[in-house]
Amino acid sequence: MTAATAVGLAVAWPLIAVALIVVFQRWPNLREAGTLLTGGSLFAIVAGVILPEVEAGGRPGMVLCEVVPGLRLAFEVEPLGMIFGLVASGLWIVTSFYSIGYMRGHHEKNQTRFYICFAIAISGALGVAFAANVFTLFVFYELITLSTFPLVTHSGTEEARNAGRMYLGILMGTSIAFLLLAMVWTWLATGTTDFTPGGILAGKVDGPQLMILLALYAFGTGKAALMPFHRWLPAAMVAPTPVSALLHAVAVVKAGVFTILKVVVYVFGIDLLATTGAGRWLTWVAAFTIIAASCVALGKDNLKARLAYSTISQLSYIVLGAALATSAGVIGGGMHIVMHAFGKITLFFCAGAIMVGAHKTEVSELDGLGRRMPFTFGAFLLGSLSVIGLPPMGGSWSKWFLMLSAAEAHQWVMMVVLMVSSLLSIGYLMPVVVRGFFRPAPADAHDDRHSATGIHEAPLLCVLPPVVTAVGGIVLFFYAGDIWSLLSGVVP
Amino acid sequence: MEGLWALISDDLPALQIAVPLLAATLCVLIRRPTAAWAVAMVVAWSSFANAGVLLHRVLTTGTISYVEGGWPVPWGIELRIDLLNALVLLVVTGICAIVLLAAPRSIDAEIPRDKQYLFYAVYLLCMTGLAGMTVTGDAFNIFVFLEISSLSSYALVSQGRTPRALTAAIQYLVMGTIGGTFILLGIGMLYMVTGTLNIVDLANQLALVGPNRTVMVAAACIAMGVGIKLAVFPLHIWLPNAYTYAPAIVTAFIAATSTKVAYYVLVRFAFSIFRINQTFDGAHSSAIAMMLGIAAMFAGSLVAIYQDDVKRMLAYSSVAQIGYMILGLSFANEYGLTGGLVHLFNHAIMKCGLFLVLACVLLRMGSTRLSAFAGLGRRMPLTFAAFVLGGLSLVGVPLTVGFVSKWYLVLGALEAGLWPVAVLILLSSILALVYIWRVVEVGYFKAPPEGADAITEAPFSMLLPTWILIGSTLVFGVWTSLSVGVASAAARMLIGGGS
Repeated sequence: MTAATAVGLAVAWPLIAVALIVVFQRWPNLREAGTLLTGGSLFAIVAGVILPEVEAGGRPGMVLCEVVPGLRLAFEVEPLGMIFGLVASGLWIVTSFYSIGYMRGHHEKNQTRFYICFAIAISGALGVAFAANVFTLFVFYELITLSTFPLVTHSGTEEARNAGRMYLGILMGTSIAFLLLAMVWTWLATGTTDFTPGGILAGKVDGPQLMILLALYAFGTGKAALMPFHRWLPAAMVAPTPVSALLHAVAVVKAGVFTILKVVVYVFGIDLLATTGAGRWLTWVAAFTIIAASCVALGKDNLKARLAYSTISQLSYIVLGAALATSAGVIGGGMHIVMHAFGKITLFFCAGAIMVGAHKTEVSELDGLGRRMPFTFGAFLLGSLSVIGLPPMGGSWSKWFLMLSAAEAHQWVMMVVLMVSSLLSIGYLMPVVVRGFFRPAPADAHDDRHSATGIHEAPLLCVLPPVVTAVGGIVLFFYAGDIWSLLSGVVP
Repeated sequence: MEGLWALISDDLPALQIAVPLLAATLCVLIRRPTAAWAVAMVVAWSSFANAGVLLHRVLTTGTISYVEGGWPVPWGIELRIDLLNALVLLVVTGICAIVLLAAPRSIDAEIPRDKQYLFYAVYLLCMTGLAGMTVTGDAFNIFVFLEISSLSSYALVSQGRTPRALTAAIQYLVMGTIGGTFILLGIGMLYMVTGTLNIVDLANQLALVGPNRTVMVAAACIAMGVGIKLAVFPLHIWLPNAYTYAPAIVTAFIAATSTKVAYYVLVRFAFSIFRINQTFDGAHSSAIAMMLGIAAMFAGSLVAIYQDDVKRMLAYSSVAQIGYMILGLSFANEYGLTGGLVHLFNHAIMKCGLFLVLACVLLRMGSTRLSAFAGLGRRMPLTFAAFVLGGLSLVGVPLTVGFVSKWYLVLGALEAGLWPVAVLILLSSILALVYIWRVVEVGYFKAPPEGADAITEAPFSMLLPTWILIGSTLVFGVWTSLSVGVASAAARMLIGGGS
């Protein structure tokens, strides 16, 4: 199998899972085995066939079809997409295990539909990762939106329906009104939407128009959750936790910031942004989002809501990295896609495990729970450290590069923003751990039939995944160099 | 077979008119519903094949000119098929053929059996009129065929189950007659000025005469008349009632053909006869058309959001979609006109598919009110999935035909330097998302009422045409050589001033 065919195959591969899920829907164990097998083989394709080619400097790709003259559905893998593809496909496996534990432990209904939509969303994420032009990216971006809608509204309650309305309204609304317009504009100005090293807009669009175009891209990508288009993300927390974990901490939201990063690098070109200063305003929007979302997170008692606002804040790190338009910023942003993915998915896994194991959803209810669920809370601690950006977690590296980038661009304010944000994230994440381990359990704990000292974790499949991803965060600390060398192929 | 082909091969354009006309009379003589349906099917599908052959011929050998009775142009009546009407003809005959597949089961529930043969007869007459308007190269003939198609569509609309169908048909008749009269007036004035009715000749004479007052008034009359037929906002008031109260199958048929042919006539007059972008200073008319188009997009979509009857909702959606087509024409550049023409093709497919979905729902639920859609996602999964896909196409999600239309319309707006209009086009498609998603939510989230009858999926004979069309919205959303290829070539020809 050549890498080029592997690229097309990888995007279509999750659809095999869909077929298996449909065939085996009456036998849940076989059905889940189908998901796991597909996930494992998908990762093997991405990491085993495509990665070596990209590492060697290749750009494997293929053209599917030409929809209208000049507008092609095509794939081409470059380092940023490679990283995103690896993260999405790799964490899908872990999440699939977790889903089994969670969905069964939580007695969720319509599990077949759940797994089908999940697989389609992964296909969409890989399509976004491997897209060779803005059009292809847009197609798969919309596919993600549509396939995750049934996941957000999974429970079918009034609350879920309202959340779904906001989800679809913001994500589709911004993409149609702004992103599509930006795409048409780009095409009209340059005659192409292909992602090209160095960008395609230089000399074609300039002055304030460049800023407007960047704004259309940045706000058109609602999945990046830049304020004021962030409300869909907390709303989406009504979904089952595996969805919040993989999709609303990794695949969906990362597809958003990935889009911005990719557009900045391959459509605008960081040189163009750096010389014209057209991205300057975006650093301020990102900085505002970073700080404001952190402050909101501090005030949220619901654990998933707190994590959601934390995600909004962290996503803007990547937007900031892109908007700074330095090579360190791009590398830091790309690296943060990985690091934050591992950190945040751990936190969501833990939140779900707490929900399944102890039926708690609010931070204020977590007193003393750490002694009952030491693995869960231990993983939560490691995930928190990674999100905060402390060694020995991978998150420290991406933050390092982002700081470096701010320094390179002489944006001292942005350095301060990053530091303040770290402090704020300590403020909203550490209380969870502190309450769990150091506060005594409330005396009137209604499920006191389990002794307060004995270990009573959620089912194994709910606990193991966060431990795995937390350990992954440590491993990444030591292997950040590999990611760096891969990403350094993006910027000369 | 060979001999037969040799015999008719040159007369294919005339057969587009003659065959359905004769078959309509045949249906009246047969008087049996199934046999009449079989006749109509044979005729419609062979016309569709005929249109395919004609399009192929136009693409390979250029414009076809067919003189009736051998009288030379411009004295004799000419049938003239170029890229533009070849495409429209393909759409019209294709829709006629596909809709007929669903007709027997659907009209069984709405039209008494002993009158069904008349339905097929009138259906074929309507098809005759539409095909005639499309293929003719004679301005007066456009009027004649317009009346044939209009009169038969009034009759078709009046077949609806409720008495309101009659008032809707009367309203349609009054408006349509006014429109027809305006068109006749306009054509009469053109004849007065130029002494000819042949479209090509008319265009050449007009170029010599120039835009004098009579010609301007003629143009205004024709725009007004065609505007009524096309249901351009605010001349659309006949449309919602006609679409809502007509039998489901009739709505699917008329919505996808009648307004499309009217749009064709408008484009033909504007670009082939008046050549608004060359001989005339079209700036004013373009500006008016643009404002009407934008008003239609928003008014239609906003009103659609508040409808309780899904059929009526889609009718208002049609008003909005017609606005897109008008807008494409108003840009008077290649991209914009391509967008308008591609949308003619695309909208015909998706709206016909959606109205067939409603025909399925009406058959099983007895109503197309929003409440009838409760839980339909589970009760009629295939039908409802078709609705969702068709709806997404209306919104303009990529890989559906709606996206292709929108792409060219936005390109046209940007090419004309009209930024705000491009934004408005996109904003209005978000409105489409709102009205479609209202129905989707009810279908998937609302439980059917307690003790509701067990509802089964629609019959195969109706699902098949529905899915042919909905499938086409996906196929032509990815493979656009036919739709965009022909439309952009036609647009280039029209902008260049040819005919």
